Amino acid sequence: MRLINRTPGIALRAALIALPFVLAFGAYTIASDIRLAANPSDRLLPAPSTILATAERLFTQADRRSERILLWHDTAASLIRLGLGVSISAAMAAVLGVMIGLLPHVRAALAGFVAVLSMIPPLAVLPILFITFGLGELSKVVLIIVGIAPFLIRDVSQRVLDVPREMIVKAETLGASSLVIALRVVLPQMLPRLIQSVRLSLGPAWLFLIAAEAIASEQGLGYRIFLVRRFLAMDVILTYVIWITCLAFLMDLALRKLSARLFPWAEARA
Amino acid sequence: MSFVTAHNIFQSYGQRPILERVNLDVAEGEFVSIVGASGCGKSTFLRLLLAQEQPSRGEIRIDGAPPAREPGPDRGVVFQRYSVFPHLTVRENVVVGETFRAGTGRFFGAAVKAARARAEATLARCGLDHVADQYPATLSGGMQQRLAIGQALAAKPRILLLDEPFGALDPGTRLSMHAFLTDLRTQIGMTIFMVTHDLEEGFKLADRVVVFDKTRWDPTDPNAYGATITYDFDARNGGIPFQTLKEDPHVLQTS
Repeated sequence: MRLINRTPGIALRAALIALPFVLAFGAYTIASDIRLAANPSDRLLPAPSTILATAERLFTQADRRSERILLWHDTAASLIRLGLGVSISAAMAAVLGVMIGLLPHVRAALAGFVAVLSMIPPLAVLPILFITFGLGELSKVVLIIVGIAPFLIRDVSQRVLDVPREMIVKAETLGASSLVIALRVVLPQMLPRLIQSVRLSLGPAWLFLIAAEAIASEQGLGYRIFLVRRFLAMDVILTYVIWITCLAFLMDLALRKLSARLFPWAEARA
Repeated sequence: MSFVTAHNIFQSYGQRPILERVNLDVAEGEFVSIVGASGCGKSTFLRLLLAQEQPSRGEIRIDGAPPAREPGPDRGVVFQRYSVFPHLTVRENVVVGETFRAGTGRFFGAAVKAARARAEATLARCGLDHVADQYPATLSGGMQQRLAIGQALAAKPRILLLDEPFGALDPGTRLSMHAFLTDLRTQIGMTIFMVTHDLEEGFKLADRVVVFDKTRWDPTDPNAYGATITYDFDARNGGIPFQTLKEDPHVLQTS
């Protein structure tokens, strides 16, 4: 039997899913053991038990100076920035993408411009953003928008162009105006694709958020990671990294479930 | 009195002529099949009827109205594929046949209830009332095409254009679609144009079969000339001519 036709059973499948995680964890534990055996006060690879203890402290105990549990405040600050940046980008993509895809005049005016914009490395304009928008929340949100909106707009407009012409003509023969075609034919069909693209752009969005927070911020997950780097507090950094990974994973999962619930027809077609 | 008039239609894409000197007069309620080899401009002619394209020369009028510049609600269309909206339920697909012409694309209150009730009647006529709440992707190809026809009719067009509507269906489904279309036509008596590859289908369903072909042919440059209507058959009575008397036989009839 060919390899492409062999599928794992349920048990083997679960084992295979777990395998890389277990391997990575095992490799880390062994490396950590070796270093700690040579030097018990080594800080580079703290033992998993140390990380767990640190995580418990970070999640539950308040900071002595500010009397706040910093991790939750960092999480809230970061998630607000990320949520604002991603949702504004998605809204821009829905509006501009549909307009570029549907209206030849707008396409002529904006398609090239957006394509050029999307070539600008967002981190290169970060200093400009800090200068123009200050070091506050705005510049961080704008960086996320600069980073992912052009990609989302291009993706949506391309998807709109891929809508079969027959379907648009059919709507025309039912008497639909351009607005009705945009709102009732094209946009609803774009939304599942948009959610899919947003899921893909969450990675870059986190990247830009953490970069902006690392450079100039007073709180936030990225800020904290780069702050404790000075003390070589690997246990804190690793806790934050794992926490960010969990958040990103949960957001992706939530968007996927949301899409499946809101757009059952898209599932039916697949 | 002709209802749809195509007068001296020329159409070319760039330097390449597709149609030449096409003239066609169709009476109201007539069913015209358009047949021809691939690349003979029959789909182009349908797009011109649909006003999706403008002819290079000549004009097409429906009921004497000025030539349309874009597709509108006086022309209904069913394509081979992509004719229904995948994001709407079967019932909504028929309802939008009426509501899309509203400014917001929706009806409200009593109007939407009435539209839903009319949609139910259309669905029952198309044999789709038992799947009204499903999405089109769950329907078979034949059901989707019935839905597309029902949706087009819900908008109450003056003419109905079918672009190889049964081309993607299996032979059995195609036969049942023929019966469906014939039934529908006896009920509503609409002017229909149908592009088809299938000569038999054309003669079976239509009153009239027009054939598109090239009258001039340059062996060194096959694209040098466009196609036109080369035959115009009377397809009533199974395509056998002279079955109905056209003139008064001057014989005293007792009836």
